[in-house]
Amino acid sequence: MKRLGFIINPIAGLGGRVGLKGTDGMAEAAMALGGLPSAPQKGARALTGLAENRLGKEGVLLLTPPGVMGETMARAAGFSPCVADLDLAEKTSGADTIAAARKIKALGADLLLFAGGDGTARDICAALGESLPCIGIPAGVKIHSPVFARTPEAAGQLARLFLEGKSSRVCEQEVLDIDEQAYRTGRVSTKLFGYLKVPDERGCMQNRKAGTPISQKASQNLIGLAMIDAMEPDVFYLVGPGTTTRPILSNLNLGHTLLGVDVVQNRQMVKMDAAEKLILEIIKGHPFKIIVTPIGGQGYLFGRGNHQFSPEIIRQAGKQNIWVGATLEKIGSLKGEPFLVDTGDPDTDRMLAGYIRVVTGYRQEMIYPVV
Amino acid sequence: MERIDRSARVRENFHQAKWDEPIIFELSTKGERGIQVPRAEAHIRDSVGDGISLLPSHMRRAVPPALPEISQPRVLRHYMRLSQETLGADVNIEIGQGTCTVKYSPKINEVLARLPQITELHPLQDPQTVQGILEIFHRTEGMLKEISGLERFTFQPGGGSQGIFAMASMAYKYFEDKGEEKVRDEIITTLYSHPSDAAAPSVKGYKIIHIPPDKDGYPDFEAFKMAVGERTAGFFVANPEDTGVYNSRILEFTTLIHENGGLCGYDQANANGLLGVTRAREAGFDMCFFNLHKTFSTPHGCGGPACGVTGVTKALEPHLPGPLIIKKEDNSFGFDTSFLTDPRSVGKVRSFYGVAPVVLKAYSWIMSLGAEGLYEVAKVAVLNNNYLYKKLMEIPCVDAPYIRGRQRIEQVRYTIERLTRETGITSGDIQRRMMDFGMHYWTSHHPYHIPEPITLEPTETPSRDDLDEYIATLKHVFQEAYDTPEIIRTAPHRSVCHQVDGSPSDDPDQWAITWRSYLRKTAAN
Amino acid sequence: MAIKGFKNHPYIPNSVPQIQEQMLAELGLSSLEDLHQEIPASLKLTQNMKLPEALGSEFELKKHVRQLLGKNRHCDEMLNFLGAGCWQHYVPAICDEINGRGEFLTGYGGEMYNDFGRFQALFEYQSLIGELVDMEVVNVPTMDWCQAAATSIRMASRLTGRKEALVPDLMDPDKFLVMKNYCGPDIRLIRVGHDPVTGQLDLSDLQSSLSEKTAAVYFENPSFLGFIQLHGQKICDLAHGVGAISIVGVDPSSLGILTPPAQYGADITCGELQPLGMHMNYGGGQAGFMATRDEEKYVMEFPSRLFGIVPTCKKGEYGFDDVAYDRTSFGHHREHGKEYVGTQAALWGITAGVYLACMGPQGMVELGQTILQKSRYAIERLDDIKNIKGSRFQSVGFKEFVVDFTDTGKSVADINQALLSRGIFGGKDLSMDFPALGQSALYCVTEIHSREDIDRLATALGQITG
Repeated sequence: MKRLGFIINPIAGLGGRVGLKGTDGMAEAAMALGGLPSAPQKGARALTGLAENRLGKEGVLLLTPPGVMGETMARAAGFSPCVADLDLAEKTSGADTIAAARKIKALGADLLLFAGGDGTARDICAALGESLPCIGIPAGVKIHSPVFARTPEAAGQLARLFLEGKSSRVCEQEVLDIDEQAYRTGRVSTKLFGYLKVPDERGCMQNRKAGTPISQKASQNLIGLAMIDAMEPDVFYLVGPGTTTRPILSNLNLGHTLLGVDVVQNRQMVKMDAAEKLILEIIKGHPFKIIVTPIGGQGYLFGRGNHQFSPEIIRQAGKQNIWVGATLEKIGSLKGEPFLVDTGDPDTDRMLAGYIRVVTGYRQEMIYPVV
Repeated sequence: MERIDRSARVRENFHQAKWDEPIIFELSTKGERGIQVPRAEAHIRDSVGDGISLLPSHMRRAVPPALPEISQPRVLRHYMRLSQETLGADVNIEIGQGTCTVKYSPKINEVLARLPQITELHPLQDPQTVQGILEIFHRTEGMLKEISGLERFTFQPGGGSQGIFAMASMAYKYFEDKGEEKVRDEIITTLYSHPSDAAAPSVKGYKIIHIPPDKDGYPDFEAFKMAVGERTAGFFVANPEDTGVYNSRILEFTTLIHENGGLCGYDQANANGLLGVTRAREAGFDMCFFNLHKTFSTPHGCGGPACGVTGVTKALEPHLPGPLIIKKEDNSFGFDTSFLTDPRSVGKVRSFYGVAPVVLKAYSWIMSLGAEGLYEVAKVAVLNNNYLYKKLMEIPCVDAPYIRGRQRIEQVRYTIERLTRETGITSGDIQRRMMDFGMHYWTSHHPYHIPEPITLEPTETPSRDDLDEYIATLKHVFQEAYDTPEIIRTAPHRSVCHQVDGSPSDDPDQWAITWRSYLRKTAAN
Repeated sequence: MAIKGFKNHPYIPNSVPQIQEQMLAELGLSSLEDLHQEIPASLKLTQNMKLPEALGSEFELKKHVRQLLGKNRHCDEMLNFLGAGCWQHYVPAICDEINGRGEFLTGYGGEMYNDFGRFQALFEYQSLIGELVDMEVVNVPTMDWCQAAATSIRMASRLTGRKEALVPDLMDPDKFLVMKNYCGPDIRLIRVGHDPVTGQLDLSDLQSSLSEKTAAVYFENPSFLGFIQLHGQKICDLAHGVGAISIVGVDPSSLGILTPPAQYGADITCGELQPLGMHMNYGGGQAGFMATRDEEKYVMEFPSRLFGIVPTCKKGEYGFDDVAYDRTSFGHHREHGKEYVGTQAALWGITAGVYLACMGPQGMVELGQTILQKSRYAIERLDDIKNIKGSRFQSVGFKEFVVDFTDTGKSVADINQALLSRGIFGGKDLSMDFPALGQSALYCVTEIHSREDIDRLATALGQITG
């Protein structure tokens, strides 16, 4: 008997408090347009595929919060869910999402399906961290975090594969938090909030005549090893956040901060989670390199989650002192789109544009465009 | 009696042979014998005894191997059934195996390759006694020289990947000869060349630099320029790449490499659309390999034996593995064994000289076509492909990224991402459903860049009706994705087995690579 | 038009002009010349290639090729004693029948559904070889023994992180060249000496060559020159003593009666499949295999595919799948991950499975015994000839043996020419590769040699050297 947590953020996608805020009046505008799909319906779409799984409706036990946050749609889809004992507010909020997620985990969920947007993902992340695999059903207006499946049906499909044991690999994906203030003034600004463990849907279709590929995790480790081998004495290495940069630090037996920039020199940790000001002091008059990996679903090298690398630091480094690490998988997920940069300073952006060398494995690189 | 309606193009009534056959060990019956072995005559037995007592006791196998005991007709029946459960090219319209160039392997070539005048030859026989096969090697080399414009070939590599490895070995020797092998340690390749174009040189210690495609699907020249430098040993590339896009600027690429002192190796796995139309030499290549089991019709054999015949320009000849076959002054054939003493040679990449029957089949195929036939092969392969391309692009959910409204060479990589977005059905699902109609279908070596891919390569073998049947079947299955997706998700239904549960395959406590291992690990269950 | 095509060719259905016109019209093109638009004119050929004119019919093709092949003298007509990596054994008719089946012959990269038979046949081959070598992991076949040995060494290098491998100096020089090219430039092959009387690996030389830099010790049993290595356990123990991996190369036709290396300490067993149902094919019947224990660290190092049996979603059905498809361990190597995989020799693997299924345990025992007896008989008959040593090494051997002609005053080359004129292929001339052996040749006797054949050889050699 597999246990599947199922949470719906009922106001996601309508410009509510949680998730992306649009300009004022967007909710009315949305309803005036009519037919803007809401989170509950998307949740339902995810469940339909799930109902006809190999394990049968009896083989999967849904764990849901009461009412609109999950129970209603679960029953509508023909399931008999186990409803978590929760006191939800009239107008549900992030706090309810967090409580629900924690309760469902306590009920022994193997996987959590949640319908919402980046804000919902942030709440789930705050509740669970990487302690439970999750899949996002895309129901927000804009989705930046690569924790969401392509479509509600795909989310259901992936959940099914995971529960049936056919796709058992999970990988960490970034959760990006939208700066709602900035968004309201028309500027998209995100922060890296944390990571969620998401089932890896890759590998179901690749033809196998060509032989075994290296897994994403293995590739990330190889990138780490390659960069360590290239490190020179007395040079400062500013290691930015991301799952691909973590193996650099773990292979040196150093700790790392989830979201921060860690400064390394001579294979020792100099400062963890350094802010921009401190970084500038440390590197003053010394050779240094910036190590980054693209963050988020759109391949931002700078500007989405590593703001510590200010334009000043980037300009001091110069393009040739920026090391980029990314797996072939990550690059592939960009579907041919270039890396993006949004440092906040157009001149710095221009300096970075063009092509950049990317470390994709051990003694393996790619030359990739930056825009 | 009414005329039976056979107007439907799609084989709804197809079912693959399904024998529900046990594993061979389960057929074992104590005492059954599959074949009798010639025994030593009485005189020999009297002379030397039972033979086994000559062995020291610790080297005598204590327990005979636990092979199954099965009589001959039962062995035959078992393997005949397995054969029926395999969808070889002889049996299906092999458009689906993109990049593999699966074409008709003429049966006459099989007959010829099974003559004792080739099967019963020992590779170390005195050359006087094998003039026939040596001549065939020699003539075939001559043909490949003309087809490629390069000057000397070795048949040793047993497949395309080993051909790439041979090229990488030769590049290493070339630079070692100049004392530059430590500096020249990078090989450039493109994202859409075969993964072995990266993996094989890596074995030789090369660092690999990948060039991504630009917006049109050509290798990005600006990125390429950044990659080329004094560390560049060579550029290994397929052209057209697996997307079927031909890089018309190829000469600029190879020229830039040469200006920097590097070598250019041509992965000609995708040569089927180029025979007689264009050549490796004029495009600036120093080395190339062909897959005799692709372009030159020799059968794939479930994955070999095959031949990745590899050729070079005169300048690189000293680096070839040996021995090479030569025609002597008296017009007889023999071997050039200079590889034994020349340190510039890579030595050997394989035992003996290569897979002789495969060379023979390729030779026969070329002889039944001639230059005009090879040209026709290339033209019709491209015609078939562009016909298929046009028809498939008319289907709304199908797209092919990169250059639009232009021709491709002999294959195309499509994407059905729109279908996936709209129905949740993936390319892998469609692949399994196509099997219910007796069709093969290939996704991609590179799953990442083009989402939900399908790569199709018709070659010159299918007729127009065959192409139309394949297209009709694809259309039918795409429609099912919208109407009755569940039948696709749970496919196949009419193949040899149902969806496998691969969960044991990644678990060391459960995976079973041999029958013994399976019995041991499932004993308790 | 300078370039001509070939219309209505039997291999090209759409070479029918009317069909071409219609298809071109649907594409908005008027002739075949309008295709290949993407190729610049400067790269296009302007006339047909200079190749021999196509033969006019299949009948003429057959005649032409038969005439060429007719210049060969083959081993059914001649009496053959050559071995050295490719051996003449009896090929059961059923082996040719199965590997001639169109489905197996023309199968390639289908999935474990539509190519189910191929997966099962290869899983069975893995299992049957597994029983022969007494190990539970066997790979889908690689090119030949040389490749199997070379890959085994690279696997050992990855497992141990070391860059040296020890190999016997009495080894096939051609195989050594393949391994050297494949293992270089990063892995060094160091040769270990032998006892001049017995040919056995020199254990003290082995010991002094071992160090913490040794990734693997590789030896062959039987050795290239035919004698059986008696101290396998000791060699493997010495290897393990420095943390190296022991690799033993075998001729599987011996494993009916010889102890398999797994039982004396081998970590990896590799070898040649050709004796198991493949015709010699002028060296084209080769296929290599590798086998290890069923331990995760070994499984993860195989570059080739490994097929495993699995259930399907339907109860009672067998299914097959790739095992450990993501070789995750490759992430820990300061190497570019792994070697490459491509088309190798799968059909020969299927054939080996058919052969072993036919032979069964009794057949393999009888095969081994017959070869032991016949080769022993040959050695004794040749030993009886004045000035000829039937077996140079005083070690018991299997199938092959070194015949020493030095004392006859004649060269192997001359002797072999004389044998040739009598319809006999004499053994491989070892005098250049192993000068310490003088004028010696490697002779091979298998189950296909009759007493008359061996007597005929003895008589001929007696005449030639008398």
